[in-house]
Amino acid sequence: MIKDKYSKYYRSLSWNLILTAIAVSFTPLIMVIGVLLYQFNVSYQEKTQAHLSELVQKHAQNIDTFLTEKLANLRQTSVNNSIESLSNSEVLREKLQNLRSEYSNVFVDLGVVDDRGMQLAYAGPYELKNVTYADADWFKAALQLDMYISDVFTGLRGHPHFIVAVKKHESGRNILLRATIDFKAFNSLVQNLKIGKTGYAYILNRKGEFQTSPPLEYKASPTGYEFFWNAVAKTKNTFIITQRKDESGTENLYAVASLKDGQWLLIVKQQVKDAFSDLNRMQNIAVIIFIIGGIAILMMVYYTTRRMVRRIRRADKEKEFMNQQVIETGKMASIGELAAGIAHEINNPVAIMVEEAGWIGDLLEEEEFAQSSNLEEFNRALKQINTQGRRCKEITHKLLSFARKTDSTVKDVQLNEIITEIVGISSQMAKYNKVTIEMNLQPTLPYITISPSEMQQVLLNLINNALDAMEKTGGTIQISTKISEIEPGHIVIIIQDDGPGIPEANLARVFDPFFTTKPVGKGTGLGLSICYGIINKMGGKIDVQSASGQGARFRIWIPVQK
Amino acid sequence: MAKPDTLLVDDEVPFVETMIKRLDKRGLNVISAHSGADALTQLDRHASVDTVILDVKMPGMDGLETLKEIKKRHPLKEVIMLTGHATVETAIEGMKLGAFDYLMKPCELDVLMAKVREAAKKKHDHDLKIEQARIDKLMLTRGY
Repeated sequence: MIKDKYSKYYRSLSWNLILTAIAVSFTPLIMVIGVLLYQFNVSYQEKTQAHLSELVQKHAQNIDTFLTEKLANLRQTSVNNSIESLSNSEVLREKLQNLRSEYSNVFVDLGVVDDRGMQLAYAGPYELKNVTYADADWFKAALQLDMYISDVFTGLRGHPHFIVAVKKHESGRNILLRATIDFKAFNSLVQNLKIGKTGYAYILNRKGEFQTSPPLEYKASPTGYEFFWNAVAKTKNTFIITQRKDESGTENLYAVASLKDGQWLLIVKQQVKDAFSDLNRMQNIAVIIFIIGGIAILMMVYYTTRRMVRRIRRADKEKEFMNQQVIETGKMASIGELAAGIAHEINNPVAIMVEEAGWIGDLLEEEEFAQSSNLEEFNRALKQINTQGRRCKEITHKLLSFARKTDSTVKDVQLNEIITEIVGISSQMAKYNKVTIEMNLQPTLPYITISPSEMQQVLLNLINNALDAMEKTGGTIQISTKISEIEPGHIVIIIQDDGPGIPEANLARVFDPFFTTKPVGKGTGLGLSICYGIINKMGGKIDVQSASGQGARFRIWIPVQK
Repeated sequence: MAKPDTLLVDDEVPFVETMIKRLDKRGLNVISAHSGADALTQLDRHASVDTVILDVKMPGMDGLETLKEIKKRHPLKEVIMLTGHATVETAIEGMKLGAFDYLMKPCELDVLMAKVREAAKKKHDHDLKIEQARIDKLMLTRGY
């Protein structure tokens, strides 16, 4: 009943505690993990990008160096020899031999082309003497410049290559000394550039054509290459680093450097997932730590809150019981005062009646009444009045002596005296219920230091319960005292009735507050729990043995102080 | 009318009236008072009173206060306390303050009579001793 009434309150209390604890413990956890992760993220990205940009710029430089070197080699050959000698295929073959032996087989062939596009001389693996280049793009471009490097193209020979050409001016005529650069050798410059698992490099020209062997996923030009050209043009830098999606929708990190005076772009592409794999691992670890920590916190919070609320609940219940006990004690005290007042008020009229009767008795002794035939009857009646007056006096005195003692000041008392007194008070009531109270008190009990009024309350409660139980049947209450054999240093009081007993189901609960089997309004359910509280306070123990139909047996142990 | 020898103090008028009749019949000469203050004036007026029967519980000045006052003004008068509810504490308190004895109400009249006689006898013995002492002193000063 009490549980149901307050369970809502305790539930909301639990939730408040849980939510507060979660907020308090999760906020710093989230903040720490968040801040650390963010800082790590930023610095790791910076580091990755710095690494990538360094790599790309170095390679771009390498490639540029390679190209200008080749150009310089060719230029040297052109400067050192006359057109005459260069036009001789024998000489040209010798020059090619020199270049090849000096610069590993990068140079594939050499040729001399006049300003009309006719190849005057050729040295190399193909039969290209007297071929005309008049319509070739490279020829048109090279004619305008002193030095020229073409884009990669397939040309006459059917596989990719590119041309390095140097213009030579001598005695009014222009010729071009051209060399083919081995594509494989050039390609290896870029192909060796591998980063992580997914990072690779390639070169694009302005039209977006691959200048190196294209990576596997590409057949034609990569879409969106204009973006890089625009970006390079816009920032006026030779290097940019950016992050965007490619054709397949994967997020990639691009490092782009312009080459060959801005005609080519060296592009290094790496999947973001790969580039930041350490970062992702770190993030995963953080998430795992967060989840494990979070679960641990939640469990702890739940567990401790439940324990705390249970404790609060118990304390509240105890408090309520205490309050009830205080109220009950207060009620007893006020009833006691009331009883004392009434007893005293009744005492005076009774005294007057007894005195008046005595006066009549005095008068009857006069001689004039001695002859009266009813003298005997008068005397008997007066004696009866006297006796009943005395009985009233006894009752009020008992009531007074009981009421007077409802306080908890301790005294040295003889337990048997208290029991005798209480039995005296209860005997009238017992008589109405056809109950006899038998006492079997050990006469040599030591004095004990307790509050007599509290002891009276306990005994009265137990006797009244027994009387209530035997209200219909009648029976016997046996009260005995002795030095306990089970508990050394204790006096034991045994109150036994032969009433209907306590059903086994209720036996464990009889000392619980508010437990009662009496009809509503007849019992508070506090009597035995107050007894329990009082005996507990005295340092004693109380227990009950009973079975249905076999009466009840209460035992109280009170310690004897040394 | 003979000089009164006993004062009965109780706020219950019918009780006092009946008691006076009964005590008178047994040869005592009783006067009455219905409060503590009343009792003191009666004592001042009637020096012949030996014994006071005093109810403990009275409105206004209660029995113990009256007892104190009587003992202050008339240390030789003997007081018997009459209590409605005999508590050992009040009894002890009364005895400490010099009461002769205490009795519970309603009491056996014969017991009360016996107590009053004892008290009166004690008072007389005291008086006699004091008288004797005076005479002795007088004799000494006269130089017999």
